[in-house]
Amino acid sequence: MSAANELTSLQRDDLQTIAAMIVPASDEYKVPGADDPAIQADMLATLSRDAALVTHALDHLAHLAGKPLAELDTAQREAIANEFRATGGAAAATLVRVVLQCYYRDDRVLSSLGLELRAPFPKGYTLEQGDWALLDPVKARAGNLR
Amino acid sequence: MKHDPVDVLIIGAGASGAAVAWSLAETKMHILCLDQGGWMNPAEYPSTGRDWEAKFYGDWSTSPNVRGRPEDYPINDDNSPIKVVNFNGVGGSTVMYTAHWPRLHPSDFKVKTLDGVADDWPIDYDALTPFFEENDRMMGVSGLSGDPLSPLTHPRMPPQPLGLSGPLIGNAMNKLGWHWWPSDTTVATMDYEGRARCINLGHCTPACAQGAKASTDITYWPHAIRAGVEVKTHCRVREILTNEHGMASGVVYYDKDGVEQFQPAEVVIIACNGVGTPRLLLNSVSGRFPNGLANSSGLVGKNLMFHPYAQIYGFVKEPTDSNRAPPTCLWSKEFYDTDVSRGFVRGYGIQFGRGAGPVFEAVASEQKGILPWGADHHRVFRKLNGHRLAVSAICEDLPEEHNRVTLDPVLKDSHGIAAPKIDYTISENSRKMMDHGLARGREILEAAGATDICMNNPIPWGGWHLLGTARMGTDPARSVVNEWGRSHDVKNLFIVDGSVFVTSGGVNPTSTIQAIALYVADQMKQRLANLFD
Repeated sequence: MSAANELTSLQRDDLQTIAAMIVPASDEYKVPGADDPAIQADMLATLSRDAALVTHALDHLAHLAGKPLAELDTAQREAIANEFRATGGAAAATLVRVVLQCYYRDDRVLSSLGLELRAPFPKGYTLEQGDWALLDPVKARAGNLR
Repeated sequence: MKHDPVDVLIIGAGASGAAVAWSLAETKMHILCLDQGGWMNPAEYPSTGRDWEAKFYGDWSTSPNVRGRPEDYPINDDNSPIKVVNFNGVGGSTVMYTAHWPRLHPSDFKVKTLDGVADDWPIDYDALTPFFEENDRMMGVSGLSGDPLSPLTHPRMPPQPLGLSGPLIGNAMNKLGWHWWPSDTTVATMDYEGRARCINLGHCTPACAQGAKASTDITYWPHAIRAGVEVKTHCRVREILTNEHGMASGVVYYDKDGVEQFQPAEVVIIACNGVGTPRLLLNSVSGRFPNGLANSSGLVGKNLMFHPYAQIYGFVKEPTDSNRAPPTCLWSKEFYDTDVSRGFVRGYGIQFGRGAGPVFEAVASEQKGILPWGADHHRVFRKLNGHRLAVSAICEDLPEEHNRVTLDPVLKDSHGIAAPKIDYTISENSRKMMDHGLARGREILEAAGATDICMNNPIPWGGWHLLGTARMGTDPARSVVNEWGRSHDVKNLFIVDGSVFVTSGGVNPTSTIQAIALYVADQMKQRLANLFD
């Protein structure tokens, strides 16, 4: 069974709603929200070992909300979100981490941050040597090695 | 199944196992190393993929309990504020470490004499000097000679560039008038002995796809194998057996198919780290050794030292190196030596962190409550991401018998072998040291202009350094091995990993662990004619 199928339709809807609350879309920064379909698809496709805890977190969220999160008004959703963060423990933290780790590898988001759309290897990065004269004051002080 | 006996059987192919194997290879003895893991494939290392950061939370977590690879064994560390982190496979935790490469200082070997605490080592810095040098050559060290507050080293490669973060730290330290220096590292800054130079993949800790970071699978092992040492992978040792003379006769292990095997050996060397080694000894019970092997002192598993890390970090206006550089490049020994006016004995080294990648930054900052949910998320994230500087005090942990490794009565690994259980508390002396480190770290960050300061006290998943659980000494009642690594109780059993540390110093221990392994090997070679006397 794929990870996507491990969540019920209601859970997927709640995941999308809470993801948008964590990272909403922004016209100012020209980025999608974490509820974006491609980012959601990435989350569902890569849940893997996190599936159990995320499912547990969504169950907890559903218990707190009593109905689909999207059906609550803004104030109610924010109250539920605050309680979820306060009481959700490791499961809630895992859900938030899954949202963020998929969001911050999305091409549109990385482009907005000015980051290159690639793995570190094999190109790597260039590092400036810096000014080694900064060490002169350290060299000037006497050492006392025990 | 029983195999032909070997002259030397080494358990563990990590930092110390590789070093001792390579050194002993020149004797032309039949040497076999068993490791519970396999050979690494750099093509699978995290930095080769776009999901490189996410892997840190799963398959490439530093925690064996999170990672849960078949090569890993579970560790019950519920009763410890510091969780054990390690890596299992050929190369051991040198596959997954920061490559920060300080040595113990000469003073670290005589803390009882100097400061009236713990015990002096039975060996001193000078005894290890040639082995530090040999090990640095084998591992390949970059750095800058002449550090006035560290033992003199002679790195063969230039230091890592200062980058963007280094000058921010250096200027702050200069404002405060405090010592700082480019750290010795086992990151190759130029092509070295078949290793390609560092290209700043940045995500160094969970393995280096470039091969610039020294891990023993690419440093010692190719040489040792060419010299005739045999390595068998995916072989998990359950126990060491002894004969009627009280000597080790060999080991029982499970092979890659899970089949129980017996490997006889004339000499057994344990190189399983400060948790794995006591676990193996405590699992090796018999009528002759009812409390575990080599444990007449009762000290096997006791005196566990971790190095509590007190970390403080903040965010500067200037861009930092983020994930585009090896994570550590500088150290400070300003607070390394005892100053009783501080309210504690001994001291700590400081490691400076260059920054973090975007996923790590988002996750960590959200957890700390400085990255909000909602509309302001984007503005705040852009202020934080790529602007982090970190200061970590690596505090000398003194030996205390109640800090210990025992066998968990319930938890077992995939072969049904009892798992280790950790009971550990941070001492009052260490707490004061950590608080001091955090206060100084705050001054450093403020001198650098950092804001949004956060701390991890201790770094919870910071149990990298597993030391002291089979300590070295001349008194069999107060130590597990003698001054050259041989068990007091079992005269053909040796231990070469961090277990033998008497005290911990305030620096990362791998350089010293490997120097000790080479020293023990040298002692064995000198005594081959009467090794068991």
